[in-house]
Amino acid sequence: MDQARPHVEVRDLTMAFGSRVVQQGIRFQIRRGEVFVIMGDSGCGKSTLMRHMIGLNRPAEGEVLYDGEPLFATDADSRERLMDRFGVLYQNAALWSSMTLEENVSLPLAERKHLGPSEARDVARLKLALVGLAGFESHYPAEISGGMRKRAGLARAMALDPEILYFDEPSAGLDPLSSRRLDDLILELRESSGTTIVLVTHELPSIFELGDNAVFLDAERKTMIAQGRPEELKLSDEPKVRAFLERGRL
Amino acid sequence: MSARLEVARDGPDAVRVRLSGRWTLADGLPSAESVERELVAAPPGVRLVFEPKGLERWDSALVSFVFSATRLAAARGAAVDTSALPEGARRLLQLSQAVPARVLPHPPKDDALTARVGDVALRAWHTAFDALDFLGETLLALGSLLRGRARFRRVDLMHALESAGVGALGIVALINLLIGAVLAFVGAVQLQQFGASIYVANLVAIGITRELGALMTGIVMAGRTGASFAAVLGTMTVNEEVDAFRTMGLKPVEFLVLPRVLATSLMLPALVAYADLLGVLGGTFVGVALLDLGAVEYLRTTQSSLELRHVVIGLVKSVAFGVVVALTGCYYGLRCGRSAAAVGNAATRAVVMGIVLVVVVDAVFTVLLHLLHL
Repeated sequence: MDQARPHVEVRDLTMAFGSRVVQQGIRFQIRRGEVFVIMGDSGCGKSTLMRHMIGLNRPAEGEVLYDGEPLFATDADSRERLMDRFGVLYQNAALWSSMTLEENVSLPLAERKHLGPSEARDVARLKLALVGLAGFESHYPAEISGGMRKRAGLARAMALDPEILYFDEPSAGLDPLSSRRLDDLILELRESSGTTIVLVTHELPSIFELGDNAVFLDAERKTMIAQGRPEELKLSDEPKVRAFLERGRL
Repeated sequence: MSARLEVARDGPDAVRVRLSGRWTLADGLPSAESVERELVAAPPGVRLVFEPKGLERWDSALVSFVFSATRLAAARGAAVDTSALPEGARRLLQLSQAVPARVLPHPPKDDALTARVGDVALRAWHTAFDALDFLGETLLALGSLLRGRARFRRVDLMHALESAGVGALGIVALINLLIGAVLAFVGAVQLQQFGASIYVANLVAIGITRELGALMTGIVMAGRTGASFAAVLGTMTVNEEVDAFRTMGLKPVEFLVLPRVLATSLMLPALVAYADLLGVLGGTFVGVALLDLGAVEYLRTTQSSLELRHVVIGLVKSVAFGVVVALTGCYYGLRCGRSAAAVGNAATRAVVMGIVLVVVVDAVFTVLLHLLHL
């Protein structure tokens, strides 16, 4: 594997809904195995950027590349193959509500890896155990707490052993302890499997605890205004970035 | 004492606003018009001074009034002195002014008739293409199913079969029993005048099996099952469950649409056969009760008038209605926006469009069958 080449590259991306531009001129690179944070104030388009990076939204301009392979300027089969390489934990976990936790995790295994029912079940149980949900296999998403749903969502996101894990506001709606446990889990995943992690968040503890690199999106200027290590960004030339990272205390 | 307000000029450089009594929301909120009148009449550079002498109680009513008056003063370049107001009110006022008012630019909107017509036409054009895209995707998934390569969970098909079949038995029975009875009653009134009462049995038998049984069941299913599909898939869209299918490399059309289309198109003929029986039964009740026809005589006439082709035509139509109802519900569900209101809109659109399409498909069948002399 070419270590010099960026694992993920966002190149001159413009995101728009019709004629309304959300963000433009977004460009950054993510190295293999790093935790990359996408941050910014509410409504700046962080989650929208993530949706573009995982192929759910098509950019108005620009491209997203995985190991140099374009996500959009390619045919549907190649895009599907690229999408196999990442897992996503959505803001509300997005577990399939009509399925048990085990079915949520085993369905992608059966369909994408063509595992038989018992093999898929065994792997699903392992993934649920990894996130501390052993014993909850037959529960439905509505029967467990918000923090447990997030962890089950993470188990599903990890089902296919992805190279890249995307997290959309993982701490949203969680109490500090659950939030901390999830952060520890993310770090543990990175350490144990070398997964590249892309984190969309505005939770300062998570940003400083987990982030190797970060980009800051500004809602007013509709573009990224800073990029670098979170600790370094505290000294950014941009007052808005400094204020954000110091929680308004300057 | 409720809120009392006195606004008076104090020399050339001050307008004094005296506030007394209870300034609470429960006691009503005085208008700031009198302050505005004095400010307009006063020379430039005047100061607006608030004096809360005799102020008994206050809440948001006081702060709201001072806030409005302050904005009026700011618009005229007048300074404001709120130093005598209670400390809590001053702090709330400061908080309300901490972030300056921002005007977010709205995208320019052209309200001209031509622009609106163009907008509607463009949206209709886009929706038509999008619906064709969805139809094409569903046909491809059906093709995969026929080749044994489509992927969906059998349990989802079972749930859809139950929901679209057994769950609809009650409403389908009630509606078709009543439709049969109404058809018999209306027919009886006319046919009695010609001494042809017995032909009520023919009217009901052919009318229900060939046309009304399928049509009414299709309409009921559009309102019941189509709306349910749109609401379920719409909620899944809002909760990002549909996105989760896509990012897992699973096709939502195969997992969510195919089982519903199959279930509805399989269940509709069964429901229509049931509806036909109930419709004829409703007609029989009226025939026997109003026309003094014997039940055996009525049923024998029904049997002799009823040809197999009428029943088959009704059943074939019902398969088409099932496909239309399921596709419409699933389409609007998967194209739902990202709010609770959007789910309601998706369900409403699915019902309206489902009913319209069922009637249109029925009309097409009628014309085609006429041309084919069936």
